[in-house]
Order: sequence, then structure tokens, then C-alpha cells
Amino acid sequence: MLLRHTPEEITERKALMINPAKTCQPIGAMYAALGIKGCLPHSHGSQGCCAYHRSALTRHYKEPISAATSSFTEGASVFGGQANLLQAINNIFTVYEPEVIAVHTTCLSETIGDDLPQIFDKAIKDKKVPEGKTVLGAPTPSYVGSHVTGFSNMVKAMAKLATRSGTKNGKVNIIPGWVEPADMEEIKRIADMVGVKITMFPDTGGVLNAPLTGEYNMFPDAGTPIDDIKKSGDAIGTLALGEWCSADAARTLDTQCKVPCSILDMPFGLQATDRFVDALRKVAGTTVPDEVAKERGQLVDLISDMHQYFYHKKVAIFGDPDQLIAMTEFLVSIDMCPVHIVTGTPGKKFEKRIKEITKDMPFEVNVKAAGDMFLLHQWIKNDPVDVLIGNTYGKYIARDEDIPLIRWGFPILDRQGHQYFPTVGYKGGLRMLEKILGVLLDRLDRDNPEEKFELVY
Amino acid sequence: MGKAQKTVQWDPTDIKEKLLAKYPPKVARKRAKQILINEALENSTPEITANVRTIPGIITMRGCTYAGCKGVIMGPTSDIVNLVHGPIGCSFYAWLTRRNQSDASGHENANFINYCMSTDMQDSDIIFGGEKKLEAAIQEAYDLFHPKAIAVFATCPVGLIGDDIHAVAKKMKEKFGDCNVFAFSCEGYKGVSQSAGHHIANNQVFTHLVGKSETEKTEKFKINLLGEYNIGGDGFEIDRIMKKCGITNIATFSGNATYDQFASANQADLSCVMCHRSINYVADMLETKYGIPWIKVNFIGAEATAKSLRKIGEYFGDAELIATIEKVIAEEMPAVDAVIQDVLPRTTGKTAMLFVGGSRAHHYQELFNEMGIKTLSAGYEFGHRDDYEGRHVIPNLKVDADSRNIEEIHVEADPELYNPRKTPEEIKALEDKGFEFRDYDGLIPDMDKGTLILDDPNQYEAEKLVELMKPDLFCAGIKEKFSIQKLGVPMKQLHSYDSGGPYAGFVGAVNFYKEIDRLVNSRVWGYMKAPWQENPELSATYVWE
Repeated sequence: MLLRHTPEEITERKALMINPAKTCQPIGAMYAALGIKGCLPHSHGSQGCCAYHRSALTRHYKEPISAATSSFTEGASVFGGQANLLQAINNIFTVYEPEVIAVHTTCLSETIGDDLPQIFDKAIKDKKVPEGKTVLGAPTPSYVGSHVTGFSNMVKAMAKLATRSGTKNGKVNIIPGWVEPADMEEIKRIADMVGVKITMFPDTGGVLNAPLTGEYNMFPDAGTPIDDIKKSGDAIGTLALGEWCSADAARTLDTQCKVPCSILDMPFGLQATDRFVDALRKVAGTTVPDEVAKERGQLVDLISDMHQYFYHKKVAIFGDPDQLIAMTEFLVSIDMCPVHIVTGTPGKKFEKRIKEITKDMPFEVNVKAAGDMFLLHQWIKNDPVDVLIGNTYGKYIARDEDIPLIRWGFPILDRQGHQYFPTVGYKGGLRMLEKILGVLLDRLDRDNPEEKFELVY
Repeated sequence: MGKAQKTVQWDPTDIKEKLLAKYPPKVARKRAKQILINEALENSTPEITANVRTIPGIITMRGCTYAGCKGVIMGPTSDIVNLVHGPIGCSFYAWLTRRNQSDASGHENANFINYCMSTDMQDSDIIFGGEKKLEAAIQEAYDLFHPKAIAVFATCPVGLIGDDIHAVAKKMKEKFGDCNVFAFSCEGYKGVSQSAGHHIANNQVFTHLVGKSETEKTEKFKINLLGEYNIGGDGFEIDRIMKKCGITNIATFSGNATYDQFASANQADLSCVMCHRSINYVADMLETKYGIPWIKVNFIGAEATAKSLRKIGEYFGDAELIATIEKVIAEEMPAVDAVIQDVLPRTTGKTAMLFVGGSRAHHYQELFNEMGIKTLSAGYEFGHRDDYEGRHVIPNLKVDADSRNIEEIHVEADPELYNPRKTPEEIKALEDKGFEFRDYDGLIPDMDKGTLILDDPNQYEAEKLVELMKPDLFCAGIKEKFSIQKLGVPMKQLHSYDSGGPYAGFVGAVNFYKEIDRLVNSRVWGYMKAPWQENPELSATYVWE
């Protein structure tokens, strides 16, 4: 047993986190920054953080993840990191020539209290920032929230760049939240089908699923152009997908540029996608074409065709709050039963939302924000499930307890597909159900005795 | 890419100039000292600057002190609870991401490697201090797991806010009585790289663990294997060979290691050092305190493995042992030879570059030599000058301001346990025969004239070198892998082995030959261009056949 020291008996822990269902802020900021065209993320801290964040993202995407670091030494940690960041900005623009540097911080620079705006001012005054280039930054203290918070903070820093020209440009801002490059591409495709002109930021589509051509460009011709982000203040509205990931940025656009916003769930599953498409049509005043209705109908068709295999199957699911809320709703909507739900990210609203979504379910539901996978495993030991949904770290529980695992969320270190095939939208819903059915039916094929072995399902 | 790359001509001076050309003047001056063109000097090795601070913004490959301490040295031990005191990231990223394997299975063996434990510091802990939470976390870990030991690791903010983790550890150790609790001040900002973390780990392991075992080890030919982390099962393969030879491995530092192995390390009669960088401190301390000599070994490469085994045999000087070692080598080599004969025609003449941590950039050149692959350029992320130039430069090394605060512990001969394993006469007799103790000669002397050695290489230089020198194979880590492969150049990870291995020992050599043959001869490298990109001009002579 891989996790044989995990006891069935649950004791309360106040100080010890075991097997976290979260990681720290800066990696989220790094991921978000990669969704800006021509942007080099920069980690203002000691270099270990940057190496770890780049490695984690690389293992997830099997793609180069470029980011620079201030490489604090002990001296800088005591006397401040301004000199390091100024040198870094100069070196980065000279050697790597990005359009944008997006700086985030770590627990180190936050604890010592480095002031990013002041350092940026000095960099500009000292002419370390070439004409026409942008430097932006977000504080991302690792001891607050989680990687999701860091993502949100960097997206908010992008929104802060927005200005108003006084003339609306007829576009809708979409803040997609922490979803995969393929998901971002799918969101754009849906908006395109509905006939809505959008500015989406960040957008990692094409950045973190790039082709192999024999040439390497650190800054692929993809991502949201910084000018589009700056012009997002002229949009007619903002759709923020996910309270934890995107709401802060949307509200910033509202207060700063009077762009009204609507906070939606991430469009995972039937109902959340319905609400997204409906909101999109209403804010832009367009008609949803039959093509979209057809995709929706195909998803409903699959649910009805295979409903017997979904019905009352128990699921344990862990990951990030926005994703979990939408996915829990999706599972409930097809009569599956999410019974153990854990996010490592703190936030009181999470447990409330999940309880609302699961209130009519026939089984008792365990839900915890700021929880960990050690607790999730103990819940599973006490009340077993049919499917586990979550990131790669779930494979240790899955193997010990002999539960099929659907890899979904971040990070996925041991399978492919997440950067290429979406799980948002109706198409993504189809793919998600195909994956769930695959593991459930594989299990039947594995476990049924020979006389019950079936050809047709 | 394809075949055209064979015609590339280059001159190292020219390459070095091109690497430096784009840098701001200060950066260029600094990098010039860390980029060395190898030359054959009469009585010395050329001098390189190493173990100095990283240039901000340069996109270094380096990590931090915490990674060197927790991730590298302590992470591989199975029955010690490793508890990270800090915000969640540090423990999350070091959770199962290095492939240090462990065979601790079954309920009688504790194995905490699959667990990630942290105090998950919050802003209130930064403001009011985290000692109370650490104390509570140690208690909870003890109550849940009852381990033999709990190791506590500091992360960046811990040093800044002044949490005294050593005092907490000491208090809890005394409270428990049956659980050794100790701490590592391995804040990420210390030193300039992972290297400082190695040193900190060495000091604490030596102070808190080595010599604590009560059980006497009575086997023959007892060695320690120092600086072998069982990545992809390397240590398993080395242990297999040792066992076959009749050599007893008392303690591996620290692949597949247990508490008791560390605690018994003082009972070995010889220390064999694989990774010089990370563990030479323990090797020296074992000699000073307990009288155990150390030698450098290398189990990467079949020939290197045979040579290292013979060296161990010669040290013990036992005729039966020497005969067994020869027998084992004779048994193992045919399988190795068969594979090398198969792959040689497809690998000979190829070229490689290696930029790996602090030892593999050197060790793996043995394997490449065996395959007829020439190393054009190599370097370490965090090697010191002795890893490049050899240990004879150690007396001349100056500790700079950035590394001055890494503790040097003073060790003396143990009044009871010091026992020189060889008399001065025996040592001299061995040395007269050419046997070398404490004998690491470094990477530079093993590389050809005109090759380029880069210390703390960065993303820009890696790409530029590939563009200019067009190697057939590039070896580094996960952060470098995919940018190099986008250029159409095969890339082999020599940290994680790309999920492969073992690559040590005889079986490892065979695995490596096959893997490199697969990689450099994969059909995929011929697919860079679509047919319409290779011949974009439309011709009017299309005829349907």
C-alpha cells in the first residue's frame, strides 16, 4: 500500500497539512502571465520558487515554460530585492526581448516587504524598460490562499492596465479562469459560434500547446496582446468565469472603467455551459445558432443513452474551487453522486455552494475547503466511492483503494490530452462523460466473472 | 535538422564570443569567467569561476538550498517523516517529483515517501511566528505515524521571521524520548544554489544521526555508498552488484535509505563517493571522526563500474574478494558488450552536450565515451571549482560573501569510536601502487581540448549553443527539455531519466545504450517539415498518375 500509514480513524489536525490539495500563489501568477502575448513571467524571490514553478508547469504541459527570477541571495533577503529586480529587468529586456514582463512575488519578497510599484517606477526612470514595453506586477504571497489566488491576483493586475477611451468597442471581455489551453480555445470557439466579439485574458491557447517545427520561439504568436488587455476598459461587459479565479479582475474593470460584469461558474457541464452561452448572447445581443443547440443536444443524448451507468455512482472529487463547483453540478445533473469533495484553497463560500448543489442527493456529502488529500482518503476509507476525480496525486489513493481515477484539474503529470482536448463547453462535457464511462465500463469488464462478461453496453 | 548538421564547423573562441555578444557589459564580464574553453595545460587544469551568485533575470537552471537539502539529501529516506515548515509550495513541489525509489514495502517497514507534510504557514504565522504551529504539527505527526525520526525543514520566510526551529525540534525530541527530532536551516535564499542545502543536510545528518545505532554490523567488506540517490533504481542496481561481489553496503546516502542505515554509517570500513558535490562533506567527516577513508567511485558506465569495483577490491586487499569481483565483471560484461556492439554503428560519431546539477555532467561522459559519442560542451548548475578542476584546488578556494554564512562544522576524532581502518603504512603502500584516496580530479581533465565548459548555464546559452554547434543530443533537466526538442534536437533528461532507468551499473549501462540509440535515431526528428513546407514552390507539371 502506497499510503499505508493513513488510518481509517479520523483525528482532528490543526497544524499539520498532509498531501495538500493546493499549492502556492506564484505558480498561478506564472500560468496567468503565460497567457499574455510576448510575456516573460518573472518571480521576485529566491530562485528555487521559479525553478519549481517552471518544472511543475512543464511536467503538466510537456512544453517549455520560460520565466525569470530575481535570484535573491541572503544579502538581498535582508536589505531588500530592489537591486536584483532592476538588474533582472535590464537583463531580461536585453537578452530575451519580451514585450511584457509580468512580475509576481514569493513569500520571501512579501515577508521583507518589497514594493513592486516603487521598483517599477525606478526601473522606468532609470530607462531599464525600453520604449513601448510593459512591466506589470502582482503581489502573490504564498502564505495566503493558494495557486488559485495567485492566478486571480495576476489576472487582476492585467485588468488594472485597462483604460477607457470613452467609446465602447462592442466587445465582451471574457476572463476564463484557470482552465487549460484547449479550454480557452473552446471558449473562443463558442463565442465565435454565438457571433460575439471577445477579448479573452489570459489566453494560453497556442502558448502551452505549441507545435514541434524545428524552430523555437520563446514567445509564440499566441496569447492575449497587451494592447487588447489595455483596451478591455472599452468593452460592453465582462463575463468572469469562476468566482475564485476571475471575479477580482472583473470587479476591477467595473470600478476602474465602468465595464459591468457578471460572475458565472466555469462552463463545465451542461447547466454551467447553458448559463455561459445564455449570458454571452444576452450581453452581446446576438442569437445562438442551431449549431450550438445541436452540440448541446448531443450532450443530452449521451446522458440519456448511458444514464444507467451514471445513476447513483459515488464520486470523490478534489481540486480547485471554481472547477469543483461546476463539476459537482455536472455530476449531480447526470445523477451521479459526489460524496467527498475537497479543495485545498480556502474560502467559506465553497462549502456553502457545494451544499446547495448537492442538497437533494440521496447520500451524505462531505465537503471541505482548506482541506487536504489525507482527509479525503480517510473519508473514502470510511465511505468508499466508485470514481475518483482529480489531479495526478489521486493515483496513490486510486491504487490503494482500487478506485478508477479520472485525471482532471492541475497538475496532471502522467497523462496527455489536457492541453489539446477541452473539458469545458458541451464538447468538453462529452469528453468528460466519455472518460467517466470509459473507466466505469473498463471496471465492469475487469471485474465481471466470465459468465457475465458482455459484448455490448 | 537532419543530416546537414554534420558539416557544422566551429571554433570555441568564436562560440564563446557569440554566447557573450548579446549580454549587457557587466553580465558579459561575469559570464566570461564561467565559460571556459578547455585547453591542455602542462601541470594544471584551467581555472573556472563557479559557486557564485546567479545573475538576476538570466533564466538560470538552478534551484535553491531547500531543494538541495530536503529534495535531494533527505527526501529519499523512507522511514523519517520530513516536515516542511513554510507555506505550502515548497513541500508540494518536492512531493514525489524526484525519482528516488524505495523498496520499503509491507507493513513492517515505514515508508513516508508518498506523503507530503507541511505546516502550511498562513499570514498569521508570518506575523506572530510559526513556532507554536510547528510544535503542534510535530506532535500531530508523532501521534499519527510514530516514526523513528522527524526532520524539520526551514523555507524562505522562516529565517526572516526568526522561528527557532532547532529549539522546537530539541524540545519535542526530549518530550517524545523515542523519536529523534532535528531541524535543517535550509532557507531557500542561503548560498547561491542547491549546493548550500547539501552542505546543511550533511552537517545535520552527521550530527544527529550518524553513530546513533546500537546494533553491531559484523559482515565482511563493509562500505558506505555516499551520494547515490537511487534515481530510477540506480541504487538497486549498484546494491545488486555489491551483493554479488560479497561487499556489504552499510549505508547509502541517501537513496532507499533508512534511519538505521544513517545511524550505522560509522561502522563501515570504506566510504565510496558517487556524487562528490553533495556528500563530500560527510565523507570527510566520517574519516576525521571515525577513521573511515573515502575514495571516489563511478558506477555510471560499464567500464567505470568495473573500475570502481576493482578499486574497492584493491582497498580491502582480500584475494577472495578480488577474485569474486573479477568473476562478477566477467559474468556481467558479455550482456553489456552484446548491446554496445549492436548500438555502436548507430551512435558512433554523434555529439552531446550535458548540463546537469553537480555530478552527472561528468559521470555520464563515461557512458557516452563507451557509445562513441563525443561531448562538445558540459557544465554544472552548482558545482564548485573542485568538481570542475579537481580537489587539489580546495586549499585555494575563497568563500565569497554569498556563501559565508553556510555553517562549517568542526569534527574531531571520536575518543571512543575513532579507529583508523588502515595504518599509515598500509595507506602509503596502496598510494605507492597508484591508489588514490580523496581523489576526485573533476570534470575538466576528462574533457577534450577545445570543448566548452559552462558553469550555471542559462536558457539563452543553451539555445545558442544548440543553434551554433548543432549537437545530436542535449542532456539537462525538465525545464530545458522541451525548448531544446522544439529545435528538433533530441533531449535526454539526466535528472529524472525521462521516467527510465536504472542507468547505473551493468544493467544501467545496457538501458542507457538502448535509450540513447532510440532517442537519437527516432524517426520523429525527420518530421519537422510538412511536404508542402519542404518544397513550397508550385510546379506546373503535376500529373495525376
